[in-house]
Amino acid sequence: MSEAREYNVIEILLVEDSESDAQLMVEALNEGKLNTHITVVEDGVEALEYLHQCGTSPPDLILLDLHLPRMNGHELLAEVKKDPLLLRIPIIVLTSADNEQAFLEAYDLHANCCVSKPVDQEEFSRTVMKIEHFWLHVARRK
Amino acid sequence: MSLMNNGGRPIEILLVEDNVEEAELTIEALQEGKVRNRIHWVENGEEAMAFLRRQGRHSAAPRPDLVLLDLRLPRMSGQEVLAEIKQHPNWKRIPVVIMTSSDLETDILGAYDRHANCYVTKPVDLDKFMAAVRSIEDFWLNIVCLPAA
Repeated sequence: MSEAREYNVIEILLVEDSESDAQLMVEALNEGKLNTHITVVEDGVEALEYLHQCGTSPPDLILLDLHLPRMNGHELLAEVKKDPLLLRIPIIVLTSADNEQAFLEAYDLHANCCVSKPVDQEEFSRTVMKIEHFWLHVARRK
Repeated sequence: MSLMNNGGRPIEILLVEDNVEEAELTIEALQEGKVRNRIHWVENGEEAMAFLRRQGRHSAAPRPDLVLLDLRLPRMSGQEVLAEIKQHPNWKRIPVVIMTSSDLETDILGAYDRHANCYVTKPVDLDKFMAAVRSIEDFWLNIVCLPAA
């Protein structure tokens, strides 16, 4: 990252190729009480480049869609979870579950959890807020 | 949706906890939740492995959909149980939530390095303890899609 990281800012990386979904998620995340900074990238290659340039200050949380151009979510999961510098970052897979197998593979690749993206927009926002609440207020991170 | 393709069966939870009082409180909080679940409580790491392997008195044990694992356990530590689960080709997809009183950074990092799905510190205060278990229930049984395979 080019600028120094502000103290106590929670960094969230959002890997999502749908602009409308990303927008909705950013809005939902910004409603939380914590000081969050959200970076949105559209595919796995971009996500990996971003993570590698973070060095010793990786994001606190990654929200990952599985259907992505260039490098898909499963490939990105495999890369992150075998990298000793990155594997501790919780990865929440959030995707339209059209295929159960995709979730099972994500768990096999050590996704921290998988959540099905609700079709209804309000429910989608509520789901994102619940993910944020659990991972930033209840679960411990590195 | 909380369990893939579950056909309406309850969610099977393996609780590995050596403190009787904390186990009882955890079970109480989990049973208050909306999602039907069955809790299988074992008191040490070796028992947890026997449950997963369906050995001895656990010959009819179901495959757990979720494991709630304490770290400080007699006979076999929680970190060892975690490593065994996450290295096993048939078990590694079972979500393991660490629930421990330990706040040590080495424990948190060690658990995530062994692919714990999540780490929660158990509060000492009773109300906060119950709230933490309810948060785990609310998130892992209501929001997450658990792998039912």
